[in-house]
Amino acid sequence: MSEAPGTPGVTPPPGDPTESRIGVDSWVAQAEGRRARRRGPARLLARGWEWSPDPVKLLLFVGLASTLPFWLNEGDLFNFGLFTLLYVALALGLNVVVGFAGLLDLGYVAFFGIGAYTYALLSSSHYGIHWPAEATIPISMAVAALAGLILGSASRRLLGDYLAIVTLFFLQAFAAFTNTANPTVHGVGLTGGPNGIANLDPLTFFGYKLNSTKQQYFFLVIVVAVVAAALHFINQSRTGRAFRALREDPLAAEVMSIPVNRLKLLAFVLGAAIAGLCGTIFAASFTAVTAGSFGVPLLILLYAIIILGGLGSIAGVILGGFVINISSQFLAPQNDHPDVKRWLFYGTIVLIVALMKPWYRAVLVLAATIAFGYAVHAIVSATTVATWTTGAPVAAGSRSIRDGIQGWVVMPHATATGPHVNFNTCLYIGLVVAAVTVRSLSGWWRLAALVPTLYLTAMVWENILAQNPSVTALILFGAMLIALMTVRPQGLLGTARVEIV
Amino acid sequence: MAEPQPSPESTQTKPLLELEGVWKSFGGLVVIDNLDLAVNENEIVSVIGPNGAGKTTLFNLITGIYPPDSGAIRLDGESLVGLPPHKIARRGAARTFQTLRLFLNMTVIENVMASQYGQTKVGIARAMLRTPGMRREEREIRARAEEKLAFFGERLMGYRWDQPAYSLSYANRRRLEIARAMATEPRILLLDEPAAGMNPSETHEITELIGKLRDDGGYTILVIEHDMHVVEGISDRVVALDHGVKIAEGTFEAVATNPRVVEAYLGTSAAVTK
Ligand SMILES: Nc1ncnc2c1ncn2[C@@H]1O[C@H](COP(=O)(O)OP(=O)(O)OP(=O)(O)O)[C@@H](O)[C@H]1O
Ligand SMILES: [Mg+2]
Repeated sequence: MSEAPGTPGVTPPPGDPTESRIGVDSWVAQAEGRRARRRGPARLLARGWEWSPDPVKLLLFVGLASTLPFWLNEGDLFNFGLFTLLYVALALGLNVVVGFAGLLDLGYVAFFGIGAYTYALLSSSHYGIHWPAEATIPISMAVAALAGLILGSASRRLLGDYLAIVTLFFLQAFAAFTNTANPTVHGVGLTGGPNGIANLDPLTFFGYKLNSTKQQYFFLVIVVAVVAAALHFINQSRTGRAFRALREDPLAAEVMSIPVNRLKLLAFVLGAAIAGLCGTIFAASFTAVTAGSFGVPLLILLYAIIILGGLGSIAGVILGGFVINISSQFLAPQNDHPDVKRWLFYGTIVLIVALMKPWYRAVLVLAATIAFGYAVHAIVSATTVATWTTGAPVAAGSRSIRDGIQGWVVMPHATATGPHVNFNTCLYIGLVVAAVTVRSLSGWWRLAALVPTLYLTAMVWENILAQNPSVTALILFGAMLIALMTVRPQGLLGTARVEIV
Repeated sequence: MAEPQPSPESTQTKPLLELEGVWKSFGGLVVIDNLDLAVNENEIVSVIGPNGAGKTTLFNLITGIYPPDSGAIRLDGESLVGLPPHKIARRGAARTFQTLRLFLNMTVIENVMASQYGQTKVGIARAMLRTPGMRREEREIRARAEEKLAFFGERLMGYRWDQPAYSLSYANRRRLEIARAMATEPRILLLDEPAAGMNPSETHEITELIGKLRDDGGYTILVIEHDMHVVEGISDRVVALDHGVKIAEGTFEAVATNPRVVEAYLGTSAAVTK
């Protein structure tokens, strides 16, 4: 028992109990600091952020967010401002369950829906009830919290994957209830089925109506600030420490006098109450609720926000909400920007190639790909019928870019007949084969195989993806998330967690 | 069973921790076999035994991680059987883990503050409003955590408090586990191999610390230990387990020379060194 497997080789001489190991410990602990120092002035901003006190951060958020209405028009404020803040508030609630307590809750969006429907029933002509917001907000929150309590007590003993399945089932059951079941109460369908409930009242506090997007936006700024501050205070209290402890090691937490099951329930209820609050604001701002709004796509968006921002970090979730919502709105088909998407696409490819080491390989591959493209294009146009290369790129922006792409990428003219009807399918198959080949090779062979693969990727983009804006939006969105998570696995403002040491 | 050799105190005072006829089996394998054990107030009792003897399982039964199949476990006369672990911690039994289970991504002081959850009261409403009462309790929690860490001298002092627990050396993690258990304000401390993985000087230090925990801290201590130098240095009484059966009990001298104990250890890696 005299050998110390866990301690580094620096052991003081036996029999000298006063010998201290401060040197070793502090050296290990300061590793992060040394790493940070080495990166130089580029990290000044990060340092400044780290050192600024929490109230300053909150004021920074309120200050910046309050400027939005002055430089965005009504429509943009709705899409980029209001929805961002709504997602931020929702993600803050999800962060309590997933980030603080470490529970994989996939039913969270249902509580958002419950809040929205509660508001719709209590403030619309559906049943002729027009209660003011100071009554409906607490009621919606209480109803959602009660649903959270019920789901939580039903599933709090379930862990990990089982919890995820049960909560996901709850979400689907909620969707089925609102969409299909739609029980008839007082002669009217309770949830309005697929049509939902329309013509909701705007939020009205003590007779003061929040009619305009601007008013609703400022109300949301206050809501986000209050929720963030409240959660921050909880995080710093004994409850917050207990959440963190149970996320780290539930068994050790339980043995250290922390009632783990009760805290899990509390996390569920707290998250559900925040979701319920967001539901009322969403319903009132949108003036309608439909079952389709509370589904898995929204859940994915919220998870993307908290993971990107950094699980457990309140400031991270706020930043993540802005990044995710603005980029997803930007990429959405209804706000199409095809030229920007093309730049994003080629930019990402060049960036990925540029990560290769040493740097001259990256230059070599890019140059070879460009040359390869011109060669293929020349051969194809010289040996086949003209329709193989007369396709036009979608929304190329300027003329020179269009000509460049047309002279480099083989693009058949889009006709329903002719020798190239199966061209798109062949492209996909070719790309998959090429990608698999690249993975199975190594060294210079790999570089050589990379060149036609990149060219095929460009062909797939120009011939297929660029023509389908909704698909490209999702692909770019996914690629962006993957790229960000590769660079910062802990999320934008999250702290890196050490699992095994 | 072993010939009972109760120490003088145990006949005079009522035991703080008492186990009577405790059984535990895992899928047919009997791990704790009709065990009787009593630990008196302010006593240091060591549990020894070869690997797999059931020592850690004994701690798991006391702290409520598993219920016993049968038998009674009492702390200060009140039964612990069937209580969830967090309630047992509130009653005054705290432990460390053989395979360290710190809250690694929390800071050192937060580890010691988190385990005070059971004795503190402020709920989320007061936390959200940061009422004066809440802030006072926070200050008390912090002061108590600092007091517990101060027990370990310069080892866990000052600048270390705000470092994440994963940055600690192995020996310091063992110390932090003890500090975290102390912060639940227990009456009895259950230490599972506190000297495992420590070098000779650290082992010596832990031996002194356990004595100090009893003398200055006022804790009653039940400790599992393989290192016989430590066992000899700290124990008022030693209990030897083998295959869940108590094979000897008494002073260190008596147990270490007991033929059944020597036999139990023969052929296993940890030999009784004396
Ligand atoms: N949860 C469990 N399920 C099944 N078997 C278990 C469980 N816990 C312990 N055991 C078995 O019980 C026996 C005693 O284990 P225990 O951990 O109590 O031994 P120990 O005396 O602490 O040994 P060591 O000195 O190695 O720590 C072992 O055979 C072990 O495999
Ligand atoms: Mg053990």
